[in-house]
Amino acid sequence: MRFLLPLLAFLALAVVLGLGMGRDPRALPSALVNQPAPAIGLPLLHAPQQRLDTAQLRGQVWLLNVWASWCEPCRAELPALKVLATRDAVPLYGLNYKDRDAAARKLLAQVGNPYVASAVDTDGRVGMDFGVHGVPETFVIDAAGHVRLRHTGPVTAEVWRDKLMPAIRNVR
Amino acid sequence: MKALLFAFMLCATLARADVPAELEAREAGLAAQLRCVVCQNQTVSESNAPLAADMRREIRAQLQAGRSDADVVAFFEQRYGAFVHYTPPLRPSTWLLWAGPFVGAAAGLAALIAVLRRRGRQPVAAPLSAVDKARAERLLNEEALR
Amino acid sequence: MIPEVGVFALVLALLVAAVQAVLPLAGAHWGVAGWMRVARPAAALQCLFAWLAFACLVQAFLTGDFSVRYVAANSHSELPAVYRFAAVWGSHEGSMLLWQCLLSGWTLAVALCSRQLPPAYVARVLAVMGMISVGLLAFLLFLSNPFERLLPAAAEGRDLNPLLQDPGMVLHPPLLYMGYVGFSVAFAFGIAALLSGELNAAWARWSRPWTLAAWSFLTLGILLGSAWAYYVLGWGGWWFWDPVENASFMPWLVGTALVHSLIVTDQRGAFRGWTVLLAITAFSLSLLGTFLVRSGVLTSVHAFAVDPGRGLYILCFMVAVVGGSLLLFGLRAPTVRGGGWFAALSRESLLLANNVLFSAAALAVLIGTLYPLLLDVLGGDKISVGPPYFQAVFVPLVVPALMLMGVGTMARFKRSTLPELGRRLRWALAASGVSALLLAALLPRGGSTAWTPLSAFGLLLAAWCVCSTLAHAWQRLAGADDGGTGWRQHMARQPRGWWGMLLAHLGIGVFVFGVTLANGFESRRELSLALNQAVSVGGFTFELQRLDRSAGPNYDAQRGHVAISQEGRPLTVLRPEKRQYRAQGMPLSQAAIDTGLTRDLFIALGEPVDARTWTVRIQVKPFMAWIWIGCALMAAGGLLALTDRRYRATARRRQPAERGAAVLGHPQEVA
Repeated sequence: MRFLLPLLAFLALAVVLGLGMGRDPRALPSALVNQPAPAIGLPLLHAPQQRLDTAQLRGQVWLLNVWASWCEPCRAELPALKVLATRDAVPLYGLNYKDRDAAARKLLAQVGNPYVASAVDTDGRVGMDFGVHGVPETFVIDAAGHVRLRHTGPVTAEVWRDKLMPAIRNVR
Repeated sequence: MKALLFAFMLCATLARADVPAELEAREAGLAAQLRCVVCQNQTVSESNAPLAADMRREIRAQLQAGRSDADVVAFFEQRYGAFVHYTPPLRPSTWLLWAGPFVGAAAGLAALIAVLRRRGRQPVAAPLSAVDKARAERLLNEEALR
Repeated sequence: MIPEVGVFALVLALLVAAVQAVLPLAGAHWGVAGWMRVARPAAALQCLFAWLAFACLVQAFLTGDFSVRYVAANSHSELPAVYRFAAVWGSHEGSMLLWQCLLSGWTLAVALCSRQLPPAYVARVLAVMGMISVGLLAFLLFLSNPFERLLPAAAEGRDLNPLLQDPGMVLHPPLLYMGYVGFSVAFAFGIAALLSGELNAAWARWSRPWTLAAWSFLTLGILLGSAWAYYVLGWGGWWFWDPVENASFMPWLVGTALVHSLIVTDQRGAFRGWTVLLAITAFSLSLLGTFLVRSGVLTSVHAFAVDPGRGLYILCFMVAVVGGSLLLFGLRAPTVRGGGWFAALSRESLLLANNVLFSAAALAVLIGTLYPLLLDVLGGDKISVGPPYFQAVFVPLVVPALMLMGVGTMARFKRSTLPELGRRLRWALAASGVSALLLAALLPRGGSTAWTPLSAFGLLLAAWCVCSTLAHAWQRLAGADDGGTGWRQHMARQPRGWWGMLLAHLGIGVFVFGVTLANGFESRRELSLALNQAVSVGGFTFELQRLDRSAGPNYDAQRGHVAISQEGRPLTVLRPEKRQYRAQGMPLSQAAIDTGLTRDLFIALGEPVDARTWTVRIQVKPFMAWIWIGCALMAAGGLLALTDRRYRATARRRQPAERGAAVLGHPQEVA
């Protein structure tokens, strides 16, 4: 009977490999899920003398969208974000990542500004605190200031409906 | 103008001199242990990705601030998860990873010894005559030559 | 036209392979000699058609036929001719065709070199190899057709990946695949033996040369891959424990265990079940490697473009081949017991200890490579398993095996005693200690670094490997076993297998020496270097003398001229380049390396700081070349050993061997 052990071990391996084919080896889940969101405290894009203080955002569920004017998918998702965030009354804040103020303001003027406010992260330090490894990324943050979900890539209507809104409703 | 140029070059040289050799070695070592999250097949020291450059800058800043190697690794693991460190963590979910090969080797050696012992139980042969013994020695030596 | 001929050739090959897979097997089962005799011609015909298809693809590349999708994706009109040839296996479809052609080649070789084997056995072996061919050819025709047309034809190709435009590309994949595919021969021999019920010592004797050949090619393939990565990737590393590298290393480790286990089975007819399991495992790991590279389950710098359909096919193919063979093993192996006696301390038992350790090492590499996937599948947890893990786990498993290597050659077959071993070993032990100390005192180390415990142990281990092998050779050659004859006669009497073993074991010592010194005493610096600025690294002075531009057939480059001197004496000028390949716009840093017997000087350009300054990476690696020399010696040893005339004269020796095997084992005649 023990001579069939190699076969059983191999079949187990084959099952793991088969299941593995449905996974994306490059996808990286956020290490901050269910952790307190890092403090931001950066100057705002349209009001440099003010700062984005996440403590003031306690008590509501809000979205943080990491974007940049040099990022093509970010430009593409801006109109959709504006429509969806307004429709479902979700406060949307932006983190302008490693960008230039002039270019960023110009983009928002051209395409429309979906954000309540955008914080300027010129050297990417706050982005690193959030574990950002590409743009765009969107974080769902709950009333207690914890990160609940991170979505990598542009936000489309499907992503909003199937991934972000369920998470938002969950924590409301 | 010349004075300005000289001052600039002085600053540049001083800036290089800021990093002692030991810190540079630690920095290189840490950057080689961390995985670039963007170009996932390269270490932070090899990768040309902007994020890798940011991480190298951060490593240098932290080391200069006096943090230990373990602190720096923990800093990145907190933000990017265990994925960013090439050494897998030691957690219940990775016991099989760390112990598996050694358990396998030990089990294999134990099985080998058990099988050899079982084979070893052979009846002792009758002692050979001198002629037979010489013949046997010669034959055994031929075999050993193979 | 030609590409369609290629497709047609593949179809014919598939049909012939199907016949080759079924008819001889049925013939062997029912004793129909005519059907069994189909095997050899079928193997020859299949080989002909496969290589015809390959020739068609080569022609498409050499003429730059961009109406073939695969050619358009991997070639370019400015690509030099030699790289157009290498581009044939530059991506998935073509490399799969190369796999198949090499499999056909090995099948033909088995068909031609097996006159002295029983016809029923040969029929089964060729049938098994035919089955594998059927799977591969079906994969090629239906899911990976290299001759698929691109209509309308592309005006220009997308060029071969610049990283692959290197002499390494011409040699590394073919040699590597020769090794991978070569283990299918040992596999087929084992399956045929299990099918016929005659799993005996003779089977082991027949398998040995084929296994040695596959192992040697795999050694060369891995060696070239590492050397290529060292020369091209610009970082000075040569082994990264990358999943695809591990995928080639696992069959090598199991292959090493198999080569040693076959000795025990050949000599004593013992542990036959274990040996055939190793043969199955070696080829299974080859298939697993193919799956890992082409399915996209793991990220790797070597991975081909991902297609889930292809991955699924390979997985199903693996389940059929490996699962089927392990099922056969599970059913037939219990009846294979017995074998000649040997003591708990003997050369046989030490060979088996080598087996356990190398198998555990292969298991370590397997667990480490697949664990991230396992955790992801089970819980979505993402971890990385990289070089620190493999170094911590692999080295402790392999070092005892290397230590035993010296002991094993000194031990007698059948029975060895500790006092006797001690007597034989004491000279080797003393010589190792003395030579290690001498080397430690005399070796140039760039002056600054001291010996760490780890590097000292590495040096001692290398000395042990070399001294114990030489001591064994001395004792065999100078020993008065047959009294009176001199050195020359002693040497002439030794079989080539013994000389091959010496070479391979010496190669390991050389390899360990190279690794210890290159890793332990490497000097490296990464800094900005301006024109006419000099920097000192590892006892050598590097001065950037000139910066200019150069161009190749399909790239433009910025080049630095770095003069290297040692203690004032000029040595050489190295010219690292930063190339920009025109077709894909891809930048590539081409390192310049000065290889010497005692050290490698490595310099690579990083980024330009300004018009006169570049960041550079400089490394001085002592005895780096010994890593390659050691591996080459191992491969040479394997190739030498397989030419041993004992493997060829089996026709005359077959009767006694079979009689002996019948006494030793319990062959079951299953008709």
